[in-house]
Order: sequence, then C-alpha cells, then structure tokens
Amino acid sequence: MKLDRRQVLGLTAGAAVFAVAGVRVTPATAAAEDAAKRIMEFTGGKQPASGKITLKTPEIAENGNTVPISVSVESAMSGDDMVQSVMILAEGNPNPDVATFHFTELSGEASATTRMRLAKTQNVVAIAKMKDGSVYSDTRQVKVTIGGCGG
Amino acid sequence: MANAKPRVKVPKSAKAGEIITIKTLISHKMESGQRKDKAGKVIPRKIINKFTCEFNGTKVFECDIDPAISVNPYIEFTAKVTESGEFKFTWVDDDGSVYETSKKIEVK
Repeated sequence: MKLDRRQVLGLTAGAAVFAVAGVRVTPATAAAEDAAKRIMEFTGGKQPASGKITLKTPEIAENGNTVPISVSVESAMSGDDMVQSVMILAEGNPNPDVATFHFTELSGEASATTRMRLAKTQNVVAIAKMKDGSVYSDTRQVKVTIGGCGG
Repeated sequence: MANAKPRVKVPKSAKAGEIITIKTLISHKMESGQRKDKAGKVIPRKIINKFTCEFNGTKVFECDIDPAISVNPYIEFTAKVTESGEFKFTWVDDDGSVYETSKKIEVK
C-alpha cells in the first residue's frame, strides 16, 4: 500500500489492515471512518491533493501524552494564494479532532506547532484549505509506546 | 481553573515586514472527558477550546482546540509585523472563563 494512495480514500483500507493485524478493531475502524467524515465536512466534499502541506511528527512517540507536531503550508499568504485553515486529525483517537488553525494575511507564513495526545500508534492527518478552494493533505504515522488518553 | 497562567514569548523588536515566531503556553489541565475517576465515573471535559491572537485589533491567528491537545497547551505560530504595536492573546475555557495577556513589539 503506497502512502499517497492511503491518504484519504485509504482510511477505511487502513482500518481493515488494523483488523487483520488484530489491533483493537472496533475503535480503529470507527475513528478512521469518523476522521474521513470530518475531512469531507472540512473540505466540503473535495478530495484533498498531496503536496504543498508538510506535517512533521516524531516517528516514535514514547509518551502519547505530549507528541509535538508541526505543520506548514507553502503559500505567499497574500492575495489569492492564501491558506485559510489547517485541520489536524488523529485517526485512532477516541475523537479524531485535534485542532484547527486559522491563518490570516498577518500570519506571514502558514505554519504552526503544538503538542497533542495520541491514544495509540496511528496516522495523523493534516488538511489545508486554501482561499481559492483547493485542499491539500499530508499523513504521517506515529508509533506510540504509551498511550495518552487515560482510561 | 483560576490559576491558568498564560506565558507568551514575542521578540522585543523586529524589522518592518519581518516574520516573527510567537510561542505561547498556558497552564491548564485540559481534562479530556475520556478519563474515569477511581469510582469509574467519567471526569467531565474541561479544556481550553479556543485561542486567538490579535495585533493592534486585527486578527493574526486563531486556533480551535479539541481535547486531543496536551496538558498546558503550547502553540507556536508566525506573524508578519509592519508597525510597532501590541499583540493580544486570548484563551477561552469550556466553562466560559477567558484568559488574556498582551505583549508589545517595537518595529525599527
């Protein structure tokens, strides 16, 4: 399974792989479907393209309670070449929403860094919505040693 | 939580048109609503759900925050400064409290 194929359409396929691997089947499937639905809501039904957006995460997160992530989008940030917002989703969390960044012309650059919780090893997806309506996404897998959602 | 303490790092001065990096942190336990207490009851969700940054009254950056953001939410972003002025930072809690702080910057 290639990475780019996996990005959005592959979410359900990804969940199926989890099922084969025997990793807690139900939450993974439900959350991945939930994440795919969230992406469609965010983009207004558009399929995100790859490129432009870069998501940076550690490959292995020892502690799922604080996983640093940073996202940046190539853009002039003026006129029509503007990034409106970037949404971060975690496919394997009990609730896929992580955060949504909204940028303006005063941002200068479309980049942001934060720290997030990850319940287990999973894909993190970042989707950028541009002013001209185009959408881009990037996915990274993060291996989590100790989950960070309590319970 | 009354003791939410915001901390913000903004350069003291910058050149006109320079893109600066702003780092913000607020102490908050960010109770996700997923955890259970010893009696097995779900601890109610209580998080910071919104962060905004304004410069001289114009919005620079805004962030919708969900429970997946870690304890003591840290947010780093950029801003383009063209004139001297003041950055205003606002965090909104689930219970409606608003935490604010501001930082001045001088443009040379």
